[in-house]
Amino acid sequence: MTWDWDVAKDFLPELLDGLLITLQATALGSVLAFALGLVWAMALRSPTRFVRWPVGVFVEFIRNTPLLVQLFFFYWVLPTWDIKFSALTTGVVALGLHYSTYIAEVYRAGIDGVPVGQWEAATALSLPRGRTWFMVILPQAIRRVVPALGNYVIAMLKDSPMIALIGVTDMLQNARSEGATSFQYIEPYTMVGIAFILISYPASLLMRALERRLGH
Amino acid sequence: MATEITTPNPAVDGGELIRFDNVTKRFGTNTVLDNLDFTVASGKHVTLIGPSGSGKTTILRLLMTLLRPEEGTITVDGDYLTHESKNGKLIPAGEKHTREVRKKIGMVFQQFNLFPNMRVLRNVTEAPVHVLGMGKEEAEERARGLLDLVGLGDKCDAYPTQLSGGQQQRVAIARALAMRPQVLLLDEVTSALDPELVAGVLDVLRDLAHTTDITMLCVTHEMNFARDISDDVLMFDAGRVIESGPPEKIFSDPEHERTREFLSAVL
Ligand SMILES: Nc1ncnc2c1ncn2[C@@H]1O[C@H](COP(=O)(O)OP(=O)(O)OP(=O)(O)O)[C@@H](O)[C@H]1O
Ligand SMILES: [Mg+2]
Repeated sequence: MTWDWDVAKDFLPELLDGLLITLQATALGSVLAFALGLVWAMALRSPTRFVRWPVGVFVEFIRNTPLLVQLFFFYWVLPTWDIKFSALTTGVVALGLHYSTYIAEVYRAGIDGVPVGQWEAATALSLPRGRTWFMVILPQAIRRVVPALGNYVIAMLKDSPMIALIGVTDMLQNARSEGATSFQYIEPYTMVGIAFILISYPASLLMRALERRLGH
Repeated sequence: MATEITTPNPAVDGGELIRFDNVTKRFGTNTVLDNLDFTVASGKHVTLIGPSGSGKTTILRLLMTLLRPEEGTITVDGDYLTHESKNGKLIPAGEKHTREVRKKIGMVFQQFNLFPNMRVLRNVTEAPVHVLGMGKEEAEERARGLLDLVGLGDKCDAYPTQLSGGQQQRVAIARALAMRPQVLLLDEVTSALDPELVAGVLDVLRDLAHTTDITMLCVTHEMNFARDISDDVLMFDAGRVIESGPPEKIFSDPEHERTREFLSAVL
């Protein structure tokens, strides 16, 4: 089998369509993961055991079961409960939920890194809990974990092709269709791989640079 | 200047502002405060001295509700702080009650603890706006006044990390005063500072002590400062007050052997 530029040229528009979907799934999944992760991280610090405990179990459960299983679960089981999402939304929810459990851990590390004196100063000023969290603690906590958050976005990007398995027309799915109709495999799959490298490698370099900058 | 920091409803001058009744604080099996009783009258400046580990910081942290006592009650301006004693049983006060009582107390920490993500002015206005419900403009005007008072009127737009330790500590004093506390707790506020920056901070506190009616409870190793501002000095040892009196008495003619030993070690 040799490389055929015509096949590559034919596939290019589908690759770009798929790329758009891939990026969209990663972006929306990240937003969901950032938001849910924050909810988990804050709940795990709740003074109430009845909040901490169930959230802790749920987070461990999600983190320790495979993303693919969760994806299929949402895709096949949710509709039987009359919850109907598009394939893309289902994919975003699965990616976002799964990664939120890792993101929660990142936030936790960031929150632990904020000196206890900051909490004490907030108490001494009687600042309400919400303001203490959102105006004092989280801005300092998140600043120092931006690179770690970025690395999880990159990891999610690379996990995102799983959503092809529930029929989302991302890059991988378009490559599969191309292969199924034209029996050309090398060009589409190679191009998909290159597209991933072109995004994730510079992004990871950026995160490493950020890490170094925040390091001192 | 004096009116700027006058408290909204000062307790009757000379009346009891802080009261510890049989307060016991333990960390595990380590009894740090042992049935402690003491009172601070409104408007007075009281200094706590004593060897390291004697429980001075613990007292201030109990007042700031950063710690809870195992036994006994603490009263501020006639109100129970965290616990009410009923028929010998301790009943926790509600979060809201504690919050209201705590608003009468301001604290300055050894490590400043300014909010590094906020500019100096915002550090000083944050609580008045969001706790006292003061208008933003009024809060900023007062904050500028307080920052002038501590000699930092020109640093409103700086971030804390751009300031020296002494400047940060003076901002922290302004931040505490912005809440119009009736009592100011000062825990070794100069011991994290380079020696040449200590005087600036102590001068601000001296001014405050001499020109306002604010009550002060301070822990310090600066004995000259303690002598200048204190109405009363309490000598602590092993979680108990072993001796108290006006500074002239305690510093020149202490009765207790432990006090003599301690003073000869620090003076
Ligand atoms: N969070 C804590 N957990 C356990 N033990 C503590 C804690 N905080 C203080 N202690 C202990 O309580 C005792 C009193 O501490 P405290 O900080 O009140 O002393 P201090 O008089 O302020 O001393 P220093 O002059 O060194 O500041 C010490 O033995 C200390 O080890
Ligand atoms: Mg101390």
